[in-house]
Amino acid sequence: MLGTALLLILGMSIVAFIVGRASGRRFLRASGSSIHSLPSYHGLFVAVWVGVPALVLVLLWAALSGTIVDSLLLASLPDSMTTGVTGAGLDLVLSEIKNVAAGLLFGEPRPEIVEAAARLNRWDALAGWAMVVVVFALMIVAFAVARTRLAPRFRARNAFERWLSGLMIAASVGAILVTVGIVVSLLVESLAFFRMVPIGEFLFGLNWEPQMPIRADQVAGLGAFGAVPVFLGTIVIATVATLFAAPVGLFTAIYLVEYASERVRSVVKPVLEVLAGVPTIVYGFFAVLTVAPAIRSTGNSLGLAASPNSALAAGVVMGIMLIPFISSLSDDALRAVPRSLRDGSLAIGATRAETVRKVMLAAALPGIMGGVLLAVSRAIGETMIVVMAAGLIATLTINPLDSVTTVTVQIVTLLIGDTAFDSPKTLAAFALGLVLFLTTLLLNVIALRIVNRYREKYD
Amino acid sequence: MEQLVAPTSKMGVDVRHTGEAGTTEIKVSAQNVDVFYGEKHAIKGVSVNVPARSVMAFIGPSGCGKSTFLRCINRMNDTIEGCKVTGNIRLDDRDIYDANLDVVELRARVGMVFQKPNPFPKSIFENVAYGPRIHGLVHGKADLDAIVEQSLRKAALWEEVKDRLKEPGTGLSGGQQQRLCIARAIAVNPEVILMDEPCSALDPIATARVEELIDELRQNYTIIIVTHSMQQAARVSQQTAFFHLGILVETGSTEFIFTNPHDQRTQDYITGRFG
Amino acid sequence: MTVIDAPATGPDWSSAASNANRRRRYAADRRLRIYGLTAIIIAVGVLVILLATVLTGGASAFVQTRVTVEFTIDPELVSADNIQRGNYRQIITNAVAELFPEIADDRTALTAAGRILTSNAQFFVRDAVVADPSLIGRTLTLAIPASDPFDQLNKGTIARDLPEEQRRVNDRDTALFDQLVDRGLVSTPFNWGLFFNADSRFPELAGLRGAIIGSFYLLLVTLLVSVPVGIAAAIYLEEFARRGRWSRLIEVNINNLAAVPSVVFGLLGLAVFINFFGLPRSAPLVGGLVLSLMTLPTIIIVTRAALKAVPPSIREAAYGIGASKHQMVLHHVLPLALPGILTGTIIGMAQALGETAPLLLVGMNAFLTAAPGGITDAATALPTQIYIWADSSERGFVAKTSAGIVVLLLFLIVMNAVAIFLRRRLERTW
Repeated sequence: MLGTALLLILGMSIVAFIVGRASGRRFLRASGSSIHSLPSYHGLFVAVWVGVPALVLVLLWAALSGTIVDSLLLASLPDSMTTGVTGAGLDLVLSEIKNVAAGLLFGEPRPEIVEAAARLNRWDALAGWAMVVVVFALMIVAFAVARTRLAPRFRARNAFERWLSGLMIAASVGAILVTVGIVVSLLVESLAFFRMVPIGEFLFGLNWEPQMPIRADQVAGLGAFGAVPVFLGTIVIATVATLFAAPVGLFTAIYLVEYASERVRSVVKPVLEVLAGVPTIVYGFFAVLTVAPAIRSTGNSLGLAASPNSALAAGVVMGIMLIPFISSLSDDALRAVPRSLRDGSLAIGATRAETVRKVMLAAALPGIMGGVLLAVSRAIGETMIVVMAAGLIATLTINPLDSVTTVTVQIVTLLIGDTAFDSPKTLAAFALGLVLFLTTLLLNVIALRIVNRYREKYD
Repeated sequence: MEQLVAPTSKMGVDVRHTGEAGTTEIKVSAQNVDVFYGEKHAIKGVSVNVPARSVMAFIGPSGCGKSTFLRCINRMNDTIEGCKVTGNIRLDDRDIYDANLDVVELRARVGMVFQKPNPFPKSIFENVAYGPRIHGLVHGKADLDAIVEQSLRKAALWEEVKDRLKEPGTGLSGGQQQRLCIARAIAVNPEVILMDEPCSALDPIATARVEELIDELRQNYTIIIVTHSMQQAARVSQQTAFFHLGILVETGSTEFIFTNPHDQRTQDYITGRFG
Repeated sequence: MTVIDAPATGPDWSSAASNANRRRRYAADRRLRIYGLTAIIIAVGVLVILLATVLTGGASAFVQTRVTVEFTIDPELVSADNIQRGNYRQIITNAVAELFPEIADDRTALTAAGRILTSNAQFFVRDAVVADPSLIGRTLTLAIPASDPFDQLNKGTIARDLPEEQRRVNDRDTALFDQLVDRGLVSTPFNWGLFFNADSRFPELAGLRGAIIGSFYLLLVTLLVSVPVGIAAAIYLEEFARRGRWSRLIEVNINNLAAVPSVVFGLLGLAVFINFFGLPRSAPLVGGLVLSLMTLPTIIIVTRAALKAVPPSIREAAYGIGASKHQMVLHHVLPLALPGILTGTIIGMAQALGETAPLLLVGMNAFLTAAPGGITDAATALPTQIYIWADSSERGFVAKTSAGIVVLLLFLIVMNAVAIFLRRRLERTW
């Protein structure tokens, strides 16, 4: 039905364009050159009047009709099926009805379900047709309104351009809406979570066992939600990653800027670009398959007990992922140091190392620091490497050879599988997401500010 | 203390020397120097002798190669990729392009001041102390303080900055920054100071101060200055070399070049026919 | 012989102390160079090791061990009027018994021998008979994929010298398999199933068809949503918006959005698209919407950069002949910026193709044995399929995972190569 509606809108818009342009041409013939806008602008004007509101209506309708039909359907069920059933139970009933409606039968469904499924199919068809009819009516009205505006002196171009500007503004507002959407959805679900688990316990509790109840008097399924071990694990892995990536990235940048010949640069730059382009899932697999066993056996031969999914393995691989990031930002920062400063140092007889250390690094430091901060923010938010290579159990440790878990790992594990929006387990993921979002946002804002201020200084 | 033999090198062969050659020792002597930037032949067979403890000005229209040639004398051209220098340049009697020569030492002995003031983003004190520190010329804080003060005094900047040595060098005015750069250069006690249009970014008053300073420095240092301004060349230099299209056209005492040049091109330039 | 050095206090550059000092300084210079070189060697080395691991690990999954078996399609087991419901299992058992006449009476041995073939062997026979019913009553020769343990045995990933109890195939089955090898019935052709089969619990049958189609739908949705919205927003911000607090707010917002962790976008998709709007879980529609939101900042940023690169002279020329601002942008600036926008879009799409975490949250890691038929069907994507395989315990899936990664990287290389080609081809210098 959605496809039909979209095709209908497209067709009507084309018709509207042709009719509008024809009017414009008539005006042109009738009045010579005193027409304000070209005929095609008359056509475009009518077309956007017809097409845009209809398109918005269809998209809204399609987005909302599912929820509305669902709630109507639940309301229409006999009370015996809905009384005392929680949200998750209702979801189950709904999905059973939908399966039956789609013709997927598992066993013998209850007669109420079969009836509801028939109702659902009827309503869906009805809603679809209603949408097409309403949209068609809207387009006819819009067409009529737009036609009456057309006149020889009508400024069709300006009117059309206003529409265009409106659409572009809507698109830019969309970018803001994404942020608003993130903040609102994280806040709403987190607040629901904090109603079940006090915020203090979440932020400062030392015990993270979201899967199981720990005391008999607790509601079943309500585990321990003290996130400190999770935060600590995240910090440990991000620290390992940064400690690995920062020196490697920085020295790479120094070598490329100061020492490398054109030939070396032309080889190393693409290598770094490839490293930056490798999807994180590949790094995760690499960590599990190669790095973690290597670290484990090295640890064993040194007499150190390393966990199979040690923080060190995940951290080092994450560091590898960050090398190109840090090196390219450091490269930019070093190159932004004016050549005159470099020449000034060399002309006094400083060696290249002295010039780099005492003049260029000193001047580029803000840029490099900003880059490292951005890298830390990435390390904290990186998901796939840790999901595959780090642990699931939250242990309160800073030993990088132990297995730790991170915020992102917990978000993914809590949300994989069934996701009922009323269990603390699911909502905890959003609370973690909120902490993650705020932390990375803070780091990014600081880092971008440092980098930009530094850029202004030399521009 | 440097024990040096006064070079007995000949004057440039393909350059006419006008006026009296002078009775002084030759500090820097170049023979048949060519410079290539990749395919571009930027300097063609330049030979020139620079007398010690005097100011020599390199003049000529822009793009004539005078800055490029200046940068050969402390081998700053090494830092430009694809730049090749051939020929023979001697500081006293030592070939500076000799493979055994230490560039770091050369650049300490041949200081440089750039077109645009380029103080490091450090304090005034650190700017001047940078050279003595890296070259290990000082032992102890008192020594360093003394060198910094002495250099700033020689650069005629001491009185203006002595109360704010800890403030960043970039906070000074343009003229002060350029004098700071001169102080930075003389802090390592060079024998030659190369100045690449040191006043082009300065206002007339600051320019006058720097010119005054150059004249004072002449007592102790050999100075080579590239300049666009003929008035400046006339004011500060004893010797002048005129470059045109990568060729050294004419060299001689400043007075002579400005009053009685041999070459038509020099005359045209001096009298403002092209520039 | 005169002392001509001017400054009375000139340093003695040739003294021992001075020489030692310079030696030390040059050593420091060399050290920094070595650090830099080491760092580069680490970066390059890691890439080489990573690629080598994936390539060597994945190579074996590009071929598949197959056993050529002759099946007798007994009319008693398959009737012509209900071909679908024939007793194909028995046909397989009979064929295996014919293959090994010496154990034909030993039921347990026969069952074990039957496990050399993939457990889905009966469907291969069924499909062949359905396609050609005239086979009933005749014999049919098919090269059936070997089951995972024997596939691994044939490829040498199972060491034969391991003690029997530590091996996944015992000596008797190994002997039976070797017998087939000796009789020339075992072949290892290129594994087209890797591309044309959907996922399966059995590594020997699992393929990427569903994931490739799923990723295609994902990118389609992403492209259709993020490109028009992103370009429109970028044009507005770059060309029309007055520089002020509002446009600065949007700018800061976009820059920060580009650095929001991808998993947060997954949470957004879960809360808004699935929970609030009730869109179907696991569907490319939802995954694509989430990826669109993620790529939107990238597209806006590259488009703005491309627009900025168009010189003002073009704009002035357009104004000079009386074009409106909209005409100036749409007729002159946008076409000139298009190559840059196109390149940036391809790179944004390549990033979206490799993105995994948000897709996990919207349920695109379902186990599905059929390819999706549209953007609202449940689907997997290439990276989530790799994740599923990496999580599976069967030995065969290790190689499959690497092979999946190779395929994913190939797609990324092609996309980036196209972007680089376009940039070289269409780049214009002003």
